[in-house]
Amino acid sequence: MSRFEEELKNNNFVCSECSKCQKIVWPPSEYCNKCFSGVTWRQVSRNAILLEYSYENGECFCLAELEGQIRLVGKILEPNKLEIGQKLVLEKCDYDGSEKFIFKTIE
Amino acid sequence: MICNLRKVGIVSSGLTKFAKTEVSVESLMISSIKPIFDNTKNLSQTDIDVVLTSTNANEKYLASIVSELAGISPKISHSVESLCNSGTNCIVSAFSYISSGLADVALVTGAEKSNSPGLVLNWDKSRGQYRHPIYWSSLFTSSHMRKHGTKMEDLAYVSAKNHRNALDNPYSYFDRSYSFEEVMRSKNLTDNVRLLDCSMPCDGAASILLASEDVIQKFTEDPVWITGIGQRTLSAGFARSKNLSSMYSTSLASQDAYRMSHSSPSTIDVAEVHDAFSICEIMALEDLKLVEPGKAAEFVKNLHDTNNKKINPRGGLLGTGHPLGATGIAQTIESYQQLQGTAGKRQVEKAKTALIHNMSAAATSSTVLILQS
Ligand SMILES: [Zn+2]
Repeated sequence: MSRFEEELKNNNFVCSECSKCQKIVWPPSEYCNKCFSGVTWRQVSRNAILLEYSYENGECFCLAELEGQIRLVGKILEPNKLEIGQKLVLEKCDYDGSEKFIFKTIE
Repeated sequence: MICNLRKVGIVSSGLTKFAKTEVSVESLMISSIKPIFDNTKNLSQTDIDVVLTSTNANEKYLASIVSELAGISPKISHSVESLCNSGTNCIVSAFSYISSGLADVALVTGAEKSNSPGLVLNWDKSRGQYRHPIYWSSLFTSSHMRKHGTKMEDLAYVSAKNHRNALDNPYSYFDRSYSFEEVMRSKNLTDNVRLLDCSMPCDGAASILLASEDVIQKFTEDPVWITGIGQRTLSAGFARSKNLSSMYSTSLASQDAYRMSHSSPSTIDVAEVHDAFSICEIMALEDLKLVEPGKAAEFVKNLHDTNNKKINPRGGLLGTGHPLGATGIAQTIESYQQLQGTAGKRQVEKAKTALIHNMSAAATSSTVLILQS
C-alpha cells in the first residue's frame, strides 16, 4: 500500500503539496507538475463543495471538490434537497483495494 | 504549423464480425488483415513499410507478432495504446510516418477482447469506488439534463436510432434492434443510465491500409484522403473536467481538424461519433459544432423519426459493440466506405466529407479525423 492508501485506511485524507510553489498535486505524485520540485504530504481540509450528483439503487454518488482543486467521486450519506455548489463534509475515507470517499451534507 | 506534408490516403480495409469469441487478439487482427490482401490489387507484403497495432490487451511485441503472422518485415512496427481512442491514435501515428516521408505504406490493425483491461482506469484515484465508466456517464447526464433540460426520452432516441442503423451493418455485435420503447424500459443501472444507454464491450478487429500520394495509385483508383487531424489530451483523471455538460477535449480536437482540412461543421456530410453512452452522442454533436449547444436532443430525435443516417450510420458504439482497440479504426472504415459510395443500405447520399470522433476516459482525451473523397 502507498502512503496515500495507508492514510486513507486510517480515515486521513492527505495529498502531495509542492514544497517550493505550494501547488497541490492531485492525484498524488512524487514531483510538482508545475515546477518539478519535491512534494510533502499534508492534511487536506474536509470541507467540500458539491459539483454534480446522481443515484444508483437509491444511493447518492457525487463529484465534490476539496480546497478548490481536489475532485473526488464519492457517496453522499442521507442526501436531501441537494443543490449544486452546496457545502459537504468528507465524513469518512477508506481504502480496501479501491479508494472510498463518503460525504455528508452540512446542517 | 502544418506544411509540406505528403497527402495520405486510405487504400483498403478489413473487419471481423464483432462478437464474443475464444479467439486471441493476434488471430482477430489477422482475420481483419486477410481481406486487405484479398482485395487490394498489386499489394504484396514487401510493399508494407509500417505495421501498427492498436489494443489495450496486455500482449507484448504484438506488432512484431502480427507482422510475422502476415509475412511482413516492416521498417517500423509498434503498438499504440490509449484506451478507447487507441484506434484513431494509431491511424494518426501511421499518417505521420507516411506524410513525413519515413514510409509509403502502413498497415494499421486494431483488436480487443470483451474482457479488456482497458475497460477501467485504475490509476484514477479521484474516481474512488466508482471506477466503472457508467458513473462518469451518469454524472455527465445529470449535468447535461440540468443545463439543457435533456430527458431520458432524448437519450433513448440515440440508442434506438443507432441500434436500428446497426441492423444494416453485417459486422455488428447485435443481430436485432431495440426500439425507443425497449430502451425506455431497459434496466436502470443508475437513475439516468439504462443498460441500453451503454455500449457493449466485445471482441472485434478492424484493419486499414494507408499509402502516400506518391504510391497510392498502384493500389487503388479511388482513394479517400485523410485531410484533417485533431487530438487533445487534457488529463487522465476524470474529475479534472471543468464542465461536465460538454467535452472540452473534443471541442479543441475538432477545431484543429477543421482548420487542417479547411472544412467546417457545415461541410460535414456524415459523422461517426463516439457514443460509448447515449449522452456522449448528444454532447459530441454539440462539441463538434454540428448543432448549437442544447439542440442535439431535438436533432437526434429528428434523425430517428426520419430514418436519417447522417450520424453513426454504422450503428455507433451502441449498436455495433465496442471492442476498444478496434473501434476508432472501424469508425474510420465506415467513413471511408461512405465516401467511396460502398456503404450499401447505410449509404448517405453524395457524401464528400466525413468526420470521425473517438475519445477516451470521460473525454479526458479526444481524436477527430476528417476524410475527403
Ligand atoms: Zn511546484
